[in-house]
This record gives sequence, C-alpha cells and structure tokens, in this order.
Amino acid sequence: MKLNELTIHELRKLLDNREISPSDILSDVYNRADVVEESIKAYISIPKDNAAKMAQDAAAIIASGRPNLLTGIPIAVKDNMCTKGIRTTCGSKMLANFIPTYESTATSKMLRQGYVMTGKLNMDEFAMGSSTENSAFHTTKNPWNIECVPGGSSGGSAAAVAADECIAALGSDTGGSIRQPASLCGVVGMKPTYGLVSRYGLVAFASSLDQIGPLTKDVTDSAILLNAIAGHDPLDSTSAPVHVPDFTESLGKDIKGMKIGIPGEYFIDGMDKEVEASVKEAISKLESLGAVPVEVSLPHTGFAVATYYLLATSEASSNLARYDGVRYGFRAQGKDLIDMYMNTRAQGFGPEVKRRIMLGTYALSAGYYDAYYKKAQQVRTLIKQDFDKAFQSVDIIVTPTAPTPAFRVGEKSTDPLQMYLSDIFTISVNLAGVPAISLPCGFSSSGLPIGLQIIGKHFDESSIFSAAYAFEQSTEWHKRRPQI
Amino acid sequence: MTNYTLTYGNGKYEAVIGLEVHAQMLTESKIFCGCSTTFGSEPNTQTCPVCEGLPGVLPVLNKKAVEFSIKTGLAMNCRISRQSRFARKNYFYPDLPKAYQISQYELPICEGGHIDITVNGEHRTIGITRIHMEEDAGKSIHESGSNYSLVDLNRTGTPLMEIVSEPDLRSPEEASAYMKKMRTILRYLGVCDGNMEQGSLRCDANVSVRPVGAKEFGTRTELKNINSFKFVEKAIEYEIKRQIKVIEDGGKIIQETRLWDSTAGVTNSMRSKEEAHDYRYFPDPDLVPIEVSLEWIDEIKSGLPELPDKKINRFMNEYSLPEQDAEMLASESALSDWFENVVQAGGSPKAAANWIMGDMTKLLNEDGTAIEDCRLKPSMLADMLRLIDKGTISGKIAKTVFEEMYKTGKDAEAIVKEKGLVQISDSSAIEQAVADAINGNPAEVERLKAGEEKLLGFLVGQIMKSTKGKANPGMVNEILKQKLGL
Repeated sequence: MKLNELTIHELRKLLDNREISPSDILSDVYNRADVVEESIKAYISIPKDNAAKMAQDAAAIIASGRPNLLTGIPIAVKDNMCTKGIRTTCGSKMLANFIPTYESTATSKMLRQGYVMTGKLNMDEFAMGSSTENSAFHTTKNPWNIECVPGGSSGGSAAAVAADECIAALGSDTGGSIRQPASLCGVVGMKPTYGLVSRYGLVAFASSLDQIGPLTKDVTDSAILLNAIAGHDPLDSTSAPVHVPDFTESLGKDIKGMKIGIPGEYFIDGMDKEVEASVKEAISKLESLGAVPVEVSLPHTGFAVATYYLLATSEASSNLARYDGVRYGFRAQGKDLIDMYMNTRAQGFGPEVKRRIMLGTYALSAGYYDAYYKKAQQVRTLIKQDFDKAFQSVDIIVTPTAPTPAFRVGEKSTDPLQMYLSDIFTISVNLAGVPAISLPCGFSSSGLPIGLQIIGKHFDESSIFSAAYAFEQSTEWHKRRPQI
Repeated sequence: MTNYTLTYGNGKYEAVIGLEVHAQMLTESKIFCGCSTTFGSEPNTQTCPVCEGLPGVLPVLNKKAVEFSIKTGLAMNCRISRQSRFARKNYFYPDLPKAYQISQYELPICEGGHIDITVNGEHRTIGITRIHMEEDAGKSIHESGSNYSLVDLNRTGTPLMEIVSEPDLRSPEEASAYMKKMRTILRYLGVCDGNMEQGSLRCDANVSVRPVGAKEFGTRTELKNINSFKFVEKAIEYEIKRQIKVIEDGGKIIQETRLWDSTAGVTNSMRSKEEAHDYRYFPDPDLVPIEVSLEWIDEIKSGLPELPDKKINRFMNEYSLPEQDAEMLASESALSDWFENVVQAGGSPKAAANWIMGDMTKLLNEDGTAIEDCRLKPSMLADMLRLIDKGTISGKIAKTVFEEMYKTGKDAEAIVKEKGLVQISDSSAIEQAVADAINGNPAEVERLKAGEEKLLGFLVGQIMKSTKGKANPGMVNEILKQKLGL
C-alpha cells in the first residue's frame, strides 16, 4: 500500500515508530499527484520545494522526540487561506499573483504542529459556487467519474482527499462548501460551529457564515484535524472564547439512547430516490446502534436559500470591494481612477462573482435594505430558532447532505438557480451557525458517493463525532476508493 | 432652549447650523489593530495587514477607544448605550483600503447630550445628537506635475469620534464658541489634542437659512474642509450670506456638499444630493456588538476630571474672579492648574489671574511654549507678588522681573538682587533726584506752577528715568508735590 492512501492516524503510528519519514509520505503524495492531476486538477499551486523543506523540518521535530499529531503529515489547503510567501489566489484572476505577507491562524496552528503543506487547492472563485466550475483556473473533476463535478466550492479539497493526492485538506464552508463536495466525492467534511475556528487569514466571502473545517478520509482524521485548528483567536473577534474539548475522545462513545432528529422538510417529494434510500438506510443503521429517531420540524427551511442569497451576497458585495486594483492583485488600465476601478473589476472577477456582488449591492441599497437585507436577517433568526427548538428534544439531526449525487460538468453551470439548489440541505446550518458533518453513506447505481449530514447543537461537535464514528465503524462506505 | 435669534439680511432671516465634529482620539494604537498612531512618521511605516486591508484580515476593537468615547459622552451629558455596534460605510477611494469605513450607524455609543456655550454674555445650551466611533482613512498625496497619486496608510485606522450636534446653533459666533468649548472639553478629558490645523479636530457644518419666525428648516448645505478655528466662523458666515443672496435673487438653495476655499474665502459646490454616495450601511459582521456594563460606566464617570463649566463657577465663587477671567483660565486645564498653584503658594487670585492672562500669555504665545513646559513656575510668581506687596519692587519693575523669570527660570529675589532692582524708598535719595529734576527743567516747572498739570507726569517720568525706574512712585509724587508747593 502506498503511504498517500493512509490516514493521519495510521501515518502517525508509522512516523512515531520511525518506520517511515515525512519525506517518504510526501514523495508518495506527489507521485500520485503527478499521475492523476492531469485528469483531476485538484490543485492550483504545488510548491514542491517548500513542501520538501517542511518535510525535513518535520523530520527534525520527530527526531527530537516531540512530534504533534500533524507533524510530517501532508495536508493541502484550500486556496482562500493566506499562506505567507505562497501564492493565494482564491480561485480568481483578481488574486492570481497575490502572495500574502502573513499566515492565516488555521494554517499557523498546523505549522506549529509541523504539518507539510502539499499545495493550494482549487475552488470556485471567492468560494462562490458548488462545482469548481467558477474557478478562474480550471474545473476540478470528480475522482469517481471525471465527467462529473467534485462539488464546491471546496471541490479541490474534496477531490484531492478522495484521489489520495494529500492525506487531508482544509476547506471552508459558507453555505455547504465543505459538506457538499465531501458528499459528492465520498469523503468526510466537517463544518464546525461558527466561531470555533478562527477566520483570520481566510479570504472573506460572507463573514457571518464562513467557517474553516477539515476534509478527511475518515471521522478520526476529522476529529484530529479539527483539534488542531479549533480555538479562540484574539485576532478574530467572532471566534468564541470557549473551551475546546479533545474531539478524539468522542470517538467510540456509545450512542445508545442518543436522540436523532429527522426533519420532514429535508425528505421531500421528487428528491433523488437513491439519496433518499441511502439516507433512510443510514438512519436505520444508527437506530440499530441504539440511537432513537425522533421526527422534528424545521418549518422555515423553505426560506433558507432565499435568505442565504441575500445575506451572503450583501456581505460579499462589501468584502470584495477591496479588490480595486489600487494596492495589490490584478489591475487593468483606465483613463482615470473610476475607469481603472471599473476595468479592473470587470476583467478581474468572473461572472458568478459579479452576479453576487450586484445582487448584494442591490440588497443593501437605500430603499431596498429593509425589504431585503433586514428581512433576511429576521428570517435568519427564525431559522436559527427552528434549530434551537428542535434541539430541545434531540441530540443531533440527520439529513441528506446534497439532494443528488455528483452532477455532470456543465449540467448546471448555465443555470445559477439550479446550481444554488444543490446547497438546499446545507445552507440552513450556516444560517443557524451550528456544526455539521458529511460522511459517506452509500453509492448511487452509477457508482457515485452519497453523503449523510449530521447536524449538532452549537459547540457540540462531540455528539456529531460520536454518531459519525459509530456509523462509520459499522459500515464500509469510507473504505471504497475511486478508480482513476 | 432660550428663545434666541440672530438675524441676517436686514432682520428677515435667521440661520440654522449644526456641526459634525471629527476628533482623533489620543490612543497609542489604532482602533482595530496594534499599529502606532504617532503623527508625522515616514509614509506607510505604521501599517500592518489589518490596516492595509489585505485579503482575509479581521478587525479587533481597541478598548481604549470605547473608554475615550464613553468619557466624552459622559462629559457632554449623553446617554451611554449599553449595547452598541459597528457598521460598514461602503465607498471606493484609494486611501480607504477595504473600500469601506468601519463606523457606527444604528446604535452609536452615545446619544442625546448637550454642552453649554456663552456668546456675548448669552448662555446657550447646544444639543448633542450622538457620538459614534469610527476609523480614519489614509491620505492621498498628489504630487504636482505628476500623473499619479500616492497613498499613505499611516493614518488609516486612527480612532475617531464623530460628535454630531443638533441644529441648535444660530450664528457663526455660536458655532465658533461651540467648537472652542468642544476643544476645551476634549482636551480636559485628554481624549483629543484638539489641533484643527493638524487635522486631529475637524468640523463639517450643516447650514441653512429661513425667514425669521418660520418653523420649518430651509434646505441645508454641508460645508467641508473647515480646517481652523478662524475658518469656522468665516466659512459659515460666507455660506449664510450666499444662501440669503440666492433666495433674495429669487433662486432656490440646492441640497449639496460645498467645499470651503480658505484662500478665496468662498464655498464651492462639491457634489449635489443626486451625486451623493449610497453608503449601503450594514452591521459589520466581523465585529461583535459592544457590551458596556454599568460598572464600567461608573468607573469611567468617577475618573472624570472637573469639567470647564464647573471650574468656571468655582473660580468665580472661590476666588471672586469675574466670569471672563474664570472662563479664560478654565479654557485649558494646564492654565487653570497653573493658576491654582500660584494661589496655593500664597499669590492673590486676582493678581495671579492678571499676570497669567497678560504678561504670561503674551510671552507663551511669543515663543509657542506650553505653560506646563515653561521655566517660570507658579511658586515663583507667588514670590514675586509678595515682593510687590512688601513694596520691595514696584509693579513696573515687576514686569521686568517677570520677563527675566520667564527667560531664565531664576526666582524673583535673585533677579532683583542681581540687577539691583530694589525699589528706592529712601527719602533722601528720592529728594536728591527730585531736586535734580526741578533744577534741570526750569521751563516745565514754571508752566506746571502756572497750572499745566500734565507736566507733573513729565517730571515724575524724568525722576523715574534718572533712578532707572527704581524710585518708589508714591514717594516720588509726594515729595515732588511738596517741593513745588502744590
């Protein structure tokens, strides 16, 4: 078996027993990438020299006898997290040559553990999209079927993990951008509670919704990686000053008696039959493990997509205003300042980003603010209250992650509304700020992965991990690998 | 509110003025990052990823800025908001790196206060609508002859308070008095240095005129670029007259922003209401709401210094000073502290006030020294006042002594000794000088005796001259009159 096919916890043992070196793993990872990148295109940048040096540094830490959980582990990073001295493009022409002068908090924490960064991963431009088709560089392909999209916006992250082009990856999730691609690529994707992981250094899309999280090959790695990046950060005012438990301690806990909420709103007429069947089977599996299914209602679910596309775009219209060609990034020529601004933004942003900036600008405009932005904020409160109420009677909520398995490249890219609906089951979670995981729970008849979403209470990732681990250990889905 | 109007245009119009004051807070670091706020450093040396607005950075609120704002709100009789929040004000400009300014919109930190001003003996209360916190922008530098501009981000993120008045001001003089009072209070609190020329205190004025007796406001214009105390009055006065002329000529006032041109002494249209920005304010999702506890408010309140109005009253009561003196001394806490130190060292309050407001102010202004930095210490003035009271020196000589003390930092007694300035009160010495003056000016003596009384002063002058000003003036007068049989 190649080292790149192993998990963090498997490699940890081999590294700590000095059976292998960080460079051995890195070389297997890069050998794999050399073979499959041509068809998968998960990465935007692969700084091999830098990775080689990090592997050497990691070897020194291991030799000193004080390795951390991530020391020497090759992990890839979505290209919207600032990495000092290493190009961070956000999947945009606007930042195609942007080299950050500082390091994001999430990657800083991994650096302190001695991880090895294999490269920066492809994504929809500024994390806006559900297929990576909005990347200014290229579309990433689904390792299970390269005719299909890997999902998005963290499609590069999910595909790289699924294709064994890294051991694990970081993604970011604003409306499902970790969970939906994890579901489509058959890996584990965790969106933590809003405020658990610092956003410092994450290029902002929608500040009140964005959250960094791990994409991994199994639930154990998800807990390990989340342990590494979670925690209060004085550089992020919205990061919560809460005690972060050791999430690996939740793994293996008995889930007998755990109440799992099944929201009727997430099982609707006309939904994909194979997805419905897989998720219902997963619920039966959890029940067989001692969990107690309870019907719950999240009555405002139907408003989630509309609410999200007002709030996320409003925030984005302001967050993306700084890309004006004045200080860094792409600059187009113009006859005067205003002309330069307009040319820069017209040429530097892709169509989806422009669409969202315009939508958000409109929603915040004088005379429309109350009807759109403010109303959406009120509905957001109702959606959050739906979850609060449901969680009074259950410990976790279980739903499908995505309404369908991976769709074909080009299938939805000309119809933004169809594309937006692929996040219909994940968006409410961001609006409510609660944590959720997606893990494999089956395959379609055409061999594409199906994901199960487990949603938890605020800052109760532990219950999610307990349930997810119990499910994973009693199924074989996570062991299937794609043939590329 | 007193029923008070000041009319223009032959008594037909009154002016309505509201001021928006921007005060740079004297915090050591910026409002949302740790960069220094020092003025005058090399361009772009006091910046970091946060104030440069790089992708992915986040603001973290400087608690000191909140404390300073609460302090100011309490001093201006405002309600302090227990919960307040930041909003983004969106607009594109090269010196605004994020393309939005973090400011406050709904829920500012302070609301509903007032400050009192006095103009020509009239006391007026001016309402404060709100005080909110925000970050300053950078500076664009346009080099003449070049086809590019440069941006300095050192100032970006310097904490500002915007203090908005009610439209309660009725004349340029009131606006000026309001600004001066504002400056005094801010300086008392130590939250702003109040320097309009350096831009640490800035003021925009909303000006309109209406027929006397009208209830509704006229259309207003907003004046920008008023960058000195002198221009507060001039710009507003110009604008009032301009608006009246437009109306008298049958025109209409257009709601617009106008720039004060201090060289030409006029205001010029900058942009109309239609061209005004839609700032698309919305709550900043990067910052959590600011929670202010009652305990914190109480703590800040108990740490407030004695404020100018209270001090003026105390000076009038405790030291029997006239209101004008009390106001002048209380205009700067350093000045009033200095004054009180003289009194504490035994100086008479009125004499101390006179010396401070007269010679002292003149000398300080001449060399631009701050009173707290000068060599002349309060106890030295008290000592000098004692020498005058004892008759050791005359009031006239004291002026020389005072100036010497100011320049050298030596005490009065040493200067008097060193320069031989002790007053001559020895009658035989004075008699000799009187005799010399009478003998040396026979013609003038004759005319004086014939009734030309003003020549008495001439002779006294001659005697003082010959004694180098040291003769006791009372004795000179007495002996001279006696010798001439007057």
